[in-house]
Amino acid sequence: MRKYFDRITRIAGNVVTVTANGVGYDELAVVSGSAGTSLAQVIRLSGNQVSLQVFGGTQGVSTGDKIRFLGKPMQVPFSEDLMGRVFNGSGVPRDGRPVVQADPVDIGGPPVNPVKRRMPDQMIHTGIPMIDIFNSLVESQKLPIFSVAGEPYNELLARVGLQASADIIILGGMGLRHDDYLKFRNTFEEGGVLGRTIMFVHTAADPVVECLLVPDMCLAVAEQFALQGKQVLVLLSDMTAFSDALKEIAIIMEQIPSNRGYPGDLYSQLAKRYEKAVDFDGAGSLTLLSCVTMPGDDVTHPVPDNTGYITEGQFYLRNGRIEPFGSLSRLKQQVNGDTRDDHRAIMNACIQLYATCRETREKRDMGFEMSQWDEKLLRYGVMFESNIMDLGVNIPLFDALDRCWEILAECFEPKEIGVRNSIIEAHWPKELAEA
Amino acid sequence: MIGKIVSVFGNMVIAETDGTIVQNSIGYCCRNDGAKLLSEVIRIRGRMADLQVFEATRGLQIGDDVEFHEKMLSVTLGPGLLGNIYDGLQNPLVELAEECGFFLHPGMYLDGLNTKTQWDYTPAAEVGATVEAGDTLGTVPEGIFTHQIMAPFGLEGQWTVKSTATAGAYNVEKEIAVLTGPDGRELPVTMRQDWPVKVPLSVCRKRLMPSEPMITKVRIIDTMFPVVKGGTFCIPGPFGAGKTVLQQITARHAEIDIVVIAACGERAGEVVETLREFPELTDPRTGKPLMERTIIICNTSAMPVAAREASVYTGATLAEYYRQMGLNVLMLADSTSRWAQAMREVSGRLEEIPGEEAFPAYLESRIAGFYERAGAIELNDGRIGTLTLGGTVSPAGGNFEEPVTQGTLKVVGAFHGLSRARSDARRYPAIDPLDSWSKYTGIIETGKVEFIRDLLQRGSEIQQMMTVVGEEGTSTEDFTIGLKAEFFDNCYLQQNAFDEVDAATTAERQQFVFDKFLEVLKLEIEYEDKDEARKNILEVADLFRNWNFAASDSDEYKKLLNQIDEFIATKGRQS
Repeated sequence: MRKYFDRITRIAGNVVTVTANGVGYDELAVVSGSAGTSLAQVIRLSGNQVSLQVFGGTQGVSTGDKIRFLGKPMQVPFSEDLMGRVFNGSGVPRDGRPVVQADPVDIGGPPVNPVKRRMPDQMIHTGIPMIDIFNSLVESQKLPIFSVAGEPYNELLARVGLQASADIIILGGMGLRHDDYLKFRNTFEEGGVLGRTIMFVHTAADPVVECLLVPDMCLAVAEQFALQGKQVLVLLSDMTAFSDALKEIAIIMEQIPSNRGYPGDLYSQLAKRYEKAVDFDGAGSLTLLSCVTMPGDDVTHPVPDNTGYITEGQFYLRNGRIEPFGSLSRLKQQVNGDTRDDHRAIMNACIQLYATCRETREKRDMGFEMSQWDEKLLRYGVMFESNIMDLGVNIPLFDALDRCWEILAECFEPKEIGVRNSIIEAHWPKELAEA
Repeated sequence: MIGKIVSVFGNMVIAETDGTIVQNSIGYCCRNDGAKLLSEVIRIRGRMADLQVFEATRGLQIGDDVEFHEKMLSVTLGPGLLGNIYDGLQNPLVELAEECGFFLHPGMYLDGLNTKTQWDYTPAAEVGATVEAGDTLGTVPEGIFTHQIMAPFGLEGQWTVKSTATAGAYNVEKEIAVLTGPDGRELPVTMRQDWPVKVPLSVCRKRLMPSEPMITKVRIIDTMFPVVKGGTFCIPGPFGAGKTVLQQITARHAEIDIVVIAACGERAGEVVETLREFPELTDPRTGKPLMERTIIICNTSAMPVAAREASVYTGATLAEYYRQMGLNVLMLADSTSRWAQAMREVSGRLEEIPGEEAFPAYLESRIAGFYERAGAIELNDGRIGTLTLGGTVSPAGGNFEEPVTQGTLKVVGAFHGLSRARSDARRYPAIDPLDSWSKYTGIIETGKVEFIRDLLQRGSEIQQMMTVVGEEGTSTEDFTIGLKAEFFDNCYLQQNAFDEVDAATTAERQQFVFDKFLEVLKLEIEYEDKDEARKNILEVADLFRNWNFAASDSDEYKKLLNQIDEFIATKGRQS
């Protein structure tokens, strides 16, 4: 029988301090009072003073409230029944359906032993040429989308979720606008994948502490499915909101901030989550895609900066398109060598030509005269942008490669594109070459 | 001695005790389910000891016991370290996986040395001989090396060998000798001994000035910014600039006996690459798998942060141990920024007054202390052992004006600064040839290197000028210098890490090729116009580029060399 404690000595921000004993670090508690009940987690023990972060926020919590400790860390029920369901950050259903009855698993568990990881070698096909051809997504990769507010990053994330060949999709929403949440839901419903989707959603209106739990809840569930041999895709949006929640709690706890108010352990906190992405040696895999909004489009802001050091590459989303420059998938070399013999050649040739095209545009804008070669490049740039870069383009990898050849053949002579002869002979579109 | 926990916050625990506490000694926090979590005392105030716990503190309660030990955080040294993969506290990860499966288990600690392995022991010291700390008592073969079993490094004064074991196969715990001290005390010695990680291990007659170049086979390093055996270097760079790849290449090709890689707070995926690839790769010098000369310390970013702080010291201690055998050891730490951040986290929890960017005030002295563990030493028997230390730095936002980079630059002998601009332009290795420096002398005469530096500097100025005034506004003479700088950058400084031949260039080949470059660069050719200059230099650039890909002394190599010689003889006007 667990005891109640009712000597609350401090309420500040989302943190409540209570006089109690026999409490374990990281343990879960229930705060109940006139304002309702909420879960809370122990974040500091000091003598008989126990500090708790209250998931539901401390609004309305009174010094007369009762706190009951549950003797266990935060857990999430795990079973197949989770599929198709929506929960909030503390694991309470948001879809009006009953609570899932299943054996719970701890969230925020220990890291994977590095020797139990295998080298990833499976490509994830997304139908987005800018990803499939130029920066292939690889199973077990952790990859953020860097973008500014206002870009369609959630749409992009939803589309990847929809089209990626994953067994299970887990969406973690942090600080989402309610319409964004509904949009995710609708997209998954229309795409017919809702039955294998699990959502943990914290909207901007919800208490901030719940935001902190979302990634851990998602990743704990995902890890369990991966251990069962499933290929799991986790989508997290937006990790900047998560980091801001960390900042808020750290400041309430009077921790010394390191950079722009963020706590000194921001890197470790982010890494702890991102590193859950794994290809188990002898079980399934967990792939992690996230959104990171960059305040002021500044990549040196602590959140994108720390993220870049943790993840295996990044996609920059700018002006509604995935930027070919700066975007990087560090694992693409593992997979793009054995898709089709022209994959790497097309990848390099198209990007180099597009880079030259951008230089030409600069020259044009400065009023320099355009040569015949420049005109070709300009024409290529327009075609490449509308037929390949546009996010609306949705074609499988091989079709996308063929389309690249068509564009190249339309704009250039074979010897102008800097590709090895053997590959040109095999792939240069025939009817155009003869015409 | 036992204390009681009075506070838990993150990975910090405060315990109260009546007995004596030793600063930096270890303690075990006893969780009520029986798990004992390793911790280190990092501050003592009155009866309160602050401990950093090397595990997640989940489940610890006020009033739980803390067992204090007198010894400091130590690693165990002996035959069988090579080829191992350890976490930051020297837990063997492969054995741990066999024991615990997919996940790491807080409170699970395994012996760093396999106690079952039998080693062929040959005694070296005779009964009655006088020995001092670090003297060889016997040897066992470990892979390609003769592993020396040394008298305990902590011995003081002269001891006499009272008895020794006969030659035979023993495990590391077998008593192989008994020593008698100056005071008549007897000390049994086994093949293993412990050493505290934060105390530099250097039993030697004297420290030497490091001077022999350490060949990495990376041209830009060996030629322009050399590192010497026993020296230090750092590689700062923004994310995506190729720090880790550069370290992996160095670990692979460096002409050195033993490599210790400390993956400190970085991606697990990158370590997995090393873990999976090194056993497959052969060491060109010995023909044995590279893994046999490598120790990997792997404390990735998701693993406990206090153990991350310890991991670089663990690595350095293992490296120093092999240096005591007269070997040349290289330790690579990736990344020292994560190590510094671990210190920052701990310092924040201790509520110390923060320095710049919230790093603790002692950051610089810790960095200096770490790099000072490198060095060339003359052992007591006259042999020389070296430890070379190289660390990557991951500055926030790629800005080198931050405390970790600056603190490191003050104490290292060579600076290999990676630049975003170069990596974006796919100029690998992305070491900036203008900003980087080295205080060491390498395999190329200083005068020649100076000539190249001037050329590159001038070339860069001309490039900048040309973006303003255009090609038309540049004189043919300047334009030619720009082309020559670009030619050297392109064909000598850049190296393709994925090409079998180009990935590693031996010192002899570098010297030979470098002189050929100089011959070409010093040719006085009058060009009529820019197009002629461009055509002429591109032509020779093409020869050199292909030359890089040709295996030494192959027919292709000789053919290209002839063509280059012909180019030099005719100033490229033969055709």
